[in-house]
Amino acid sequence: MTAAGDELPPLDVRVRRADLVRYAGASLDFNPIHWNDEVAESVGLPGVIAHGMLTMALAGRLVTNWTGDPSAVLEYSARFIRPVVVPNDEDGAQVELTGKVKEVREDGTARVDITAKFDGKAVLGKAVAIVRLPA
Amino acid sequence: MPLDPSFAGHTYPTSEVYEVGRAKIREFAESIGDDHPMYRDPAAAQAAGHPDVIAPPTFPIILFSHYSMADIINDPELGVDYGRLVHGDMGFQYARPVRAGDRLTVTTRIATIDVRMGNSFLNLDALIDTEDGERVVTATAQLVIRAEDA
Repeated sequence: MTAAGDELPPLDVRVRRADLVRYAGASLDFNPIHWNDEVAESVGLPGVIAHGMLTMALAGRLVTNWTGDPSAVLEYSARFIRPVVVPNDEDGAQVELTGKVKEVREDGTARVDITAKFDGKAVLGKAVAIVRLPA
Repeated sequence: MPLDPSFAGHTYPTSEVYEVGRAKIREFAESIGDDHPMYRDPAAAQAAGHPDVIAPPTFPIILFSHYSMADIINDPELGVDYGRLVHGDMGFQYARPVRAGDRLTVTTRIATIDVRMGNSFLNLDALIDTEDGERVVTATAQLVIRAEDA
């Protein structure tokens, strides 16, 4: 039985420049701050950053890995509070994802709070999924 | 220039139909490193009660980027400076998962505009429906247009 306080199996994902290019194409988000250092620096960023929506998608994997059925996700939201800076090398950037059941509700749903960290700091704020629990 | 808050409540015309394809779902799933069989194998999705492969939860961002963002960026009266635009937050409510074969439209509405310290906070609702009018996803987003440097 799922209970408040349960922790989801954590997930670490390494994000490299090639992943950003692939995500840009798949998501149709071609903003050059996600692949061009000059443009990123010209708008005050330390360098190319990952799409916030890519980080949100990776955090979504944490949840759907846990539910097993992706269609159990009823609501999913997040704020983008810090960038994930992705250097142009083999190491890329490591995103660390953890999650915890905040609340199990009478209606058979649960609220999961997600933490996404890069460089020791949270990059998503108020990242919450509402999921339907197995009957 | 900060945005004009009187644009709150404005609804843009409904988009053309976007047909969700199996290959696009698979491409998106691969781009986020997710090998879940329900995203690529129709039989696996059907075994779970879905008519065809389903899409990952954040897949509807494609429709938001392609149609809602375009509505906002290409509205000369609203006057968004794309170079100063930052994605503040994103939310999805699902009536059901998006799936291959869906023929979807997007209707984008400016919910509110708040201006604080010269930064404009643009809150949008994007209603993602089948062309027959079935609500599939309600997306909400906050876009921030940062103040010009003093």
